[in-house]
Amino acid sequence: MEYQAKELFAKHGVTTTLGVVVETAEAAKAAAEKLGGVTVIKAQVKAGGRGKAGGVKLAKTADEAFEHASKILGMEIKGLTVNRVLVTPATPPEEEYYFSFLLDRANRQYLCIASVEGGVEIEEVAKTNPDAVKQIAIDPGAGVDEAKARAIATEAKFPEPVFEQAVAMIQALYRVFVEEDATLVEVNPLARLAGDKLEALDGKVSLDDNASEVRHPDHEGFVIREEEDQLEAKAKDKGLNYVKLDGQVGIIGNGAGLVMSTLDVVAYAGEAHGGVKPANFLDIGGGANAQVMADGLDVILGDPQVKSVFVNVFGGITACDEVANGIKGALEILGDEASKPLVVRLDGNNVEKGRAILDELNHPLVTQVDTMDGAADKAAELANA
Amino acid sequence: MSIYLNKDSKIIVQGITGGMGSKHTTLMLDAGSNIVGGVNARKAGTTVELGGQDLPVYGTVKEAMAETGADVSVVFVPPAFTKDACIEAIDAGIGLLVVITEGVPVQDTAEVWSYLQSPANSGGTRMIGPNCPGIITPGESLAGITPHTIAGKGPVGLVSKSGTLTYQMMYELKDFGFSTAIGIGGDPIIGTTHIDALAAFEADPETKAIVMIGEIGGDAEERAAAYIKDHVTKPVVGYVAGFTAPEGKTMGHAGAIVSGSSGTAQAKKEALEAVGVKVGKTPSETAALMREVLQSL
Repeated sequence: MEYQAKELFAKHGVTTTLGVVVETAEAAKAAAEKLGGVTVIKAQVKAGGRGKAGGVKLAKTADEAFEHASKILGMEIKGLTVNRVLVTPATPPEEEYYFSFLLDRANRQYLCIASVEGGVEIEEVAKTNPDAVKQIAIDPGAGVDEAKARAIATEAKFPEPVFEQAVAMIQALYRVFVEEDATLVEVNPLARLAGDKLEALDGKVSLDDNASEVRHPDHEGFVIREEEDQLEAKAKDKGLNYVKLDGQVGIIGNGAGLVMSTLDVVAYAGEAHGGVKPANFLDIGGGANAQVMADGLDVILGDPQVKSVFVNVFGGITACDEVANGIKGALEILGDEASKPLVVRLDGNNVEKGRAILDELNHPLVTQVDTMDGAADKAAELANA
Repeated sequence: MSIYLNKDSKIIVQGITGGMGSKHTTLMLDAGSNIVGGVNARKAGTTVELGGQDLPVYGTVKEAMAETGADVSVVFVPPAFTKDACIEAIDAGIGLLVVITEGVPVQDTAEVWSYLQSPANSGGTRMIGPNCPGIITPGESLAGITPHTIAGKGPVGLVSKSGTLTYQMMYELKDFGFSTAIGIGGDPIIGTTHIDALAAFEADPETKAIVMIGEIGGDAEERAAAYIKDHVTKPVVGYVAGFTAPEGKTMGHAGAIVSGSSGTAQAKKEALEAVGVKVGKTPSETAALMREVLQSL
């Protein structure tokens, strides 16, 4: 969110105004009083287009700040409820620029995008006047030193009065990008304020989850739990790779690619069964033991929309008998909590043993189907029953 | 013939003494791989017994290569140390560097890729991965974690972003067999791409047809389609996972995310079909399409 991005900006020496983050209209009023003068009340959600949605308002007085904050708090922007607003001094820009560093997947390097024509309307500028939007490749091995920052500022045509400030800010933003392991650091607008002062008025930072895990324990503090889906948060606590979707067939599988494929196969099968769809993505990876399977089933069965569950495992390194024992153990752990039919498709390593274990278990909720397509069809049929 | 890996490949394992490293070294030996040793600076000079063999542990990749003539390294070190392990192997001039490790910070991979393009890579190292199942030339050698029991030798070349979909497809086509199957990994930045593998399969006389498995995110499949149009004469059958993936949600692989209209499975399918690649809706349909191709050859 904006205020979090600004905290990271400030930490690395990017000129910005932090403002005050508040969760009530009363606190917004108090903040506006303290700041004095005209303030801006800005909705804090992870979504663009906040201004257009009515989530950004100018307040001439503290009472107006109260009024705007009470309207903005609780409002929905792109499906996200606004739980906090940022109160900052209103600093009308004389000019607005755009600046970002990002990961350029296709070219396996970093990219700097800069424009001194138009900040917030950058997408429009890119369409109507693409030459005004400069794209400059950054070699991850070489990085951005002062000379490179100067070259960027020159190519982007930052005007003379703010040129040196731009050079310093570009280096500071690059520090945010590499030291925080970001995949995107965006300033929009980068504003030229009265007195030729350059400041990051609004911004966005996307962080690399892998890097946060490996070397940024402090990044955990940026996660706003109430914005996460409850089931996703529960899965995360259990170390499961789960994404909630909007369907009726719960999915458990091993390997990200196979699970994605399973979602597709279930959606196709659902076309013949009342249009049922996959309810989630859940990759249990290689360790399909009883506890992981029980945790996975527990999360999926916590979704009231789920009517059936499809367990799709290809035993590569994982042996199917381990998976079958995992399912058996999970059903014991869950007991009566396991209330929905389970369609299981096992294939690959030790498949005969795995299928035999489930045959022997002869559990009323468990149906085995030998192929992925057949099992998806069965799971869809049961979800539509 | 095969691509990148064959029976003459001499393999070392970086991280051979760790849990993953030792488990999969044993499995690679089972697959017939010629594993000549491992690397762990803290256990240099010792040996480790795996799969009934005493394998020497060296302090550095350079030393391991000098002593054994190794030309392939498989990396199992934890994500925090993967970048350094890769740089070390590139400095030593290893021919093929297969990085299995999952969870490597993307900027680390970006730096390694930059290093691979620099004059420092005088040995011409090729990297596969990270976050991949590696590469298998059935009946000859395995450098990675793909189960060697799924399918044997044959005319199909396979390149895939996903591990388990590689296994699934090998299983579906096990009666035909594979020249080489390579899992390139699902991270946003990877060393060997679909295009690299397509070029190698095109040049490999043993490969008669190619299965290409992609997934949502990025534009690698679209680029591969453009490459196929101009450079690939062998039949290619494609599959793309993630048609039902919603926008903005990462599906397991760090690279598997649809952002706006870019990276969708539909766009990738259309790009491939536009250049004459038959694309299956499901793994089984894809296998059926490949079956038809192989029977008509």
